[in-house]
Amino acid sequence: MAKVKMTVNGRQVGAECEDRTLLVHFLRENLALTGTHVGCDTTQCGACVVHMDGRSVKSCTILAAQAAGSTILTIEGLASGGEMHPVQAAFKANHGLQCGFCTPGMVMTAVDMIRRHGANLDEATVRAELDGNICRCTGYHNIVKSILAAAAEMGGVQQAAE
Amino acid sequence: MYATNYHRASSVQDAVKMRSAADEGKYLSGGMTLIATMKQRLASPSDLVDLRHIPDLNGVSVNGKSVRIGAATTHYDVASSAELKAVCPAICALAHGIGDPHVRHMGTIGGSVANNDPAADYPAALLGLDAVIVTNVREIKAGAFFTGLFETALEDGEMIVAITFDAPARAAYAKFRNPASRYAMTGVFVARRDNGDVRVAVTGAGGDGVFRHSGMEAALAANWSADALSGVSVDPSGLLSDIHAGAEYRANLVKVMAKRAVAAA
Repeated sequence: MAKVKMTVNGRQVGAECEDRTLLVHFLRENLALTGTHVGCDTTQCGACVVHMDGRSVKSCTILAAQAAGSTILTIEGLASGGEMHPVQAAFKANHGLQCGFCTPGMVMTAVDMIRRHGANLDEATVRAELDGNICRCTGYHNIVKSILAAAAEMGGVQQAAE
Repeated sequence: MYATNYHRASSVQDAVKMRSAADEGKYLSGGMTLIATMKQRLASPSDLVDLRHIPDLNGVSVNGKSVRIGAATTHYDVASSAELKAVCPAICALAHGIGDPHVRHMGTIGGSVANNDPAADYPAALLGLDAVIVTNVREIKAGAFFTGLFETALEDGEMIVAITFDAPARAAYAKFRNPASRYAMTGVFVARRDNGDVRVAVTGAGGDGVFRHSGMEAALAANWSADALSGVSVDPSGLLSDIHAGAEYRANLVKVMAKRAVAAA
C-alpha cells in the first residue's frame, strides 16, 4: 500500500492503494469517478481512455502508481460551468452513441485526436485513429460524423479567436 | 494481477540497483505488454522498476545520418519526430503503425525490443537498419541481439538504454496485419545503403522470430526493384503456422510484403 497522489480534472487528489491497482480502478473506486469504463480489460476496447499529461492512454493498462504525480483528465472533467465540451455536444447533436458504454472513451479519444489534427481531420484519419476504440453497437458512422462535426466547430472557434 | 511492488527510478544506475535488489524484478517501460500480461497472471514479477521518468532514456537525436533513440521514447514520439522523418521516414511510419493511438502514447522502443515478440514491428526495423542496441554495460548488434521467440541477448538485469543506427539511403516497411489482433502476420523491412548493401528483415513469420532473407537481399542488391523479387523463392519450412495463416501462406506474404516495401522505399 502506498499513498498515490495526482491531479485529476484540476483537483489535487490522493488515496491509499495497492501497487498493483490499475489507474481505472483508482479513478472509479478510490475517487468515485465512474464515467471511465472498463469494457474488455485486455487493452483493446478503449472504453477506459483518459488523458495523462495531455495524451490519451488506456487507464486499464496503467498502474495508479505509474500515474502518480501526473495530470489526469477524465470524461467528468470535460464540461465546464455546466456547458458541455464541443465534442460532447457534437456526440449529442449527431446521435454519436447508442447504448453509451463506449462513449466516454470515444469522446476522450476524439478530444485527443482533434488536439493533434485540428480542423484538418478527414474521415479516413478519424476511422484510422479509432483503431483502439470499439463500439459493440457498431455505431461507428455517427461517431465519425460527431468527431468531424466537433473538429470543424472547434477549428472554427480557434480561427475566430485568432 | 498478483501483488507486486512498484519502484520509480530516476537514473539508469538507480534502476539497475533497484532491479538487482528485487527477488524477481522486472523493468517496466510503457507497460503495454507487461501490464497486460500481469493482468492475465501470465507474469508475476515481485517488483517493477519504472523507467519512464529517467530523463536520459527519452528522446530522439539526429546528427547527420547518425540516429540515437532513447529506450523509453514512445512510439508516438518516434512517429512524430520531424528530425527523424527527415533522415529515416521508414522508422517513423513503422512506429505510427504499432497498436493504436493510446498504445503509441505509452509503448516504447526499448520495451518492444527487449520483449522481442515474434509479431512485433521494431525487431524488423532494427535488423534491417543494422542497428546497435546500447545497454547499461555494452553495445549489441541487432544481428546478435534477437535470439529467439521472446528471447534476446540481454543478461539478467541488463537494461537497454538506447538504439542507434545510421540512416540508410532508402528504406520502407510493409506489413500484413492480422485483421483481428492487428499484429503483423508478416512484416518486411527493406533498407538499401549508398554502398549498395541491402537488408531484408522479416517479422511475424519466422518460427524463431525476426530473420533476414539472404535470397531477397542478393536479388535486390543486383537490382533494386520489386520485380527483382519475382524469381526469389521463400522456403516455408521454419515459418510460423497457425489458424490465421499456414507456413506456405506466410511464405507468400513475405514476398508480397517485401515487394510492397521496395516499391514504397
